[in-house]
Amino acid sequence: MKINKKINRRSFLKGGLATTAAAAVLKNNDSQAAGNFEGYPDGMGVLVDLTRCVGCRSCEAACNKEQNLPEPAKPFDDFSVYDELHHGQKRRTDETAYTIVNRYDVPELDHPLFKKFQCNHCNEPACLTSCFVNAYTKTPEGAVIYNSKVCVGCRTCMIACPFYVPTFKYSKAFTPKIMKCIFCYDTRLKDGKAPACVEACPQEALTFGRRTDCIEMGRQRIRQTPGKYVDHIYGEHEVGGTAWMYLSSVPFDKVGLDTHVPNEPILNSVKEFLAIVPMILTIWPGLFIGFHLLATRKDKMMEMEKEKELAKQKENDEKEEQV
Amino acid sequence: MSTRKKIMRTALALTVGTMMISPALVLSMDAADAPETVSIDVMSKLYGPVEFNHEMHVDYASCQECHHHTTGDIVKDPNCARCHHNHDENDVVSCSECHVADRFNEDYLKTLEDPKLYHIDKPGLKGAYHLNCIGCHEITSGPTGCVECHAMTEAGEKMFNTGQFAPAKGTSSSGH
Repeated sequence: MKINKKINRRSFLKGGLATTAAAAVLKNNDSQAAGNFEGYPDGMGVLVDLTRCVGCRSCEAACNKEQNLPEPAKPFDDFSVYDELHHGQKRRTDETAYTIVNRYDVPELDHPLFKKFQCNHCNEPACLTSCFVNAYTKTPEGAVIYNSKVCVGCRTCMIACPFYVPTFKYSKAFTPKIMKCIFCYDTRLKDGKAPACVEACPQEALTFGRRTDCIEMGRQRIRQTPGKYVDHIYGEHEVGGTAWMYLSSVPFDKVGLDTHVPNEPILNSVKEFLAIVPMILTIWPGLFIGFHLLATRKDKMMEMEKEKELAKQKENDEKEEQV
Repeated sequence: MSTRKKIMRTALALTVGTMMISPALVLSMDAADAPETVSIDVMSKLYGPVEFNHEMHVDYASCQECHHHTTGDIVKDPNCARCHHNHDENDVVSCSECHVADRFNEDYLKTLEDPKLYHIDKPGLKGAYHLNCIGCHEITSGPTGCVECHAMTEAGEKMFNTGQFAPAKGTSSSGH
């Protein structure tokens, strides 16, 4: 009986250890799977082919009308905008324009390249994960949309976005609103229609389709016309994959695309840190109050003893006086 | 022998005969068969129709540069030649026969999911025109500006905030 008991205890401990180890391993796998979300399988995307764009700005005009954005400062057929510099920078998206075409003069080419830019609609958007009121949603159709009703105007998304896309409506002081491309979700995408810019493009520099098909198309173009393209689709893997992707004949950093962004979602670089935050907020106060109490317990005890001694002395003194 | 059969036989003999006499005529189309001008107006909305001078363009480009394998000529592009190296002339050779106007229509996109389909990247009608025309015009110094080929309509001016819809100077500006 005694022997049996011993074995039982040992096996119990062993079993416990094994379960703990298994739990740790399984938990680890789970968290990795969560970090590798590759987007909704039927999510739509757009392939932007820089070799096709002629800089006609039809996409800008179409976007302006579709999204009811304010009248532009210059007509959309005015190409002097390509020479504009704002604080030393080329034009960028703002509260009046969800999409912008910029010209890039590349020394090794005898003609300039044009690049349309807008929200890239990441598979795992940094704006969405950084928003503490959940104002952003990644829809199964592929769009990253925004709800101004819950937005508090903290502008964290503007800092979180690796492409500097969300912009703030500074002109309205009391109704915070972030302005950015929504893939024409409300008016087109949710009904299976291509966004207005894609429909307007005369050169089919913008090809709309399932994201997976867009990647297939991009690979076919690279394969079938050797030497025409850089052998890379920008956005296939960048920041965990984006719905809008780019093909170019020159390295992507020469056409204003950041080639230093990681290949995993921005969330992954801060996930471990963010997991600690609630732990710190809930555990640390109790823990340190406990430490403090333990550390000061001795002093308190001593004080109490001193008080007792003083009281005793007082009593003794009083007794002596009475005597 | 019935009259019907007689007619059928004559027709067959005639067809075979013609094929034997002039095989070239049957296999490839001649530029002379083409119309002198083609009015491209199927999509004209923001811009007016293009009056395309087919006769003049025959001097600049061979048939297959625009019509690919459909006119029965030997295709030069190795990507096309894999399947169409010895292709017969098509019944219809117009652009819209193969390039659809509604390229991003949901139903059309569904057809592209066929794993056996090779042409997953065929441009739509508007894309096909502009890519082919502007692509060649850049090399041959032809017109490349929008209004050099088609005039902007009133709807176009509204869309582009230009002409009579041009913004008044200094009313709005983007400061960022």
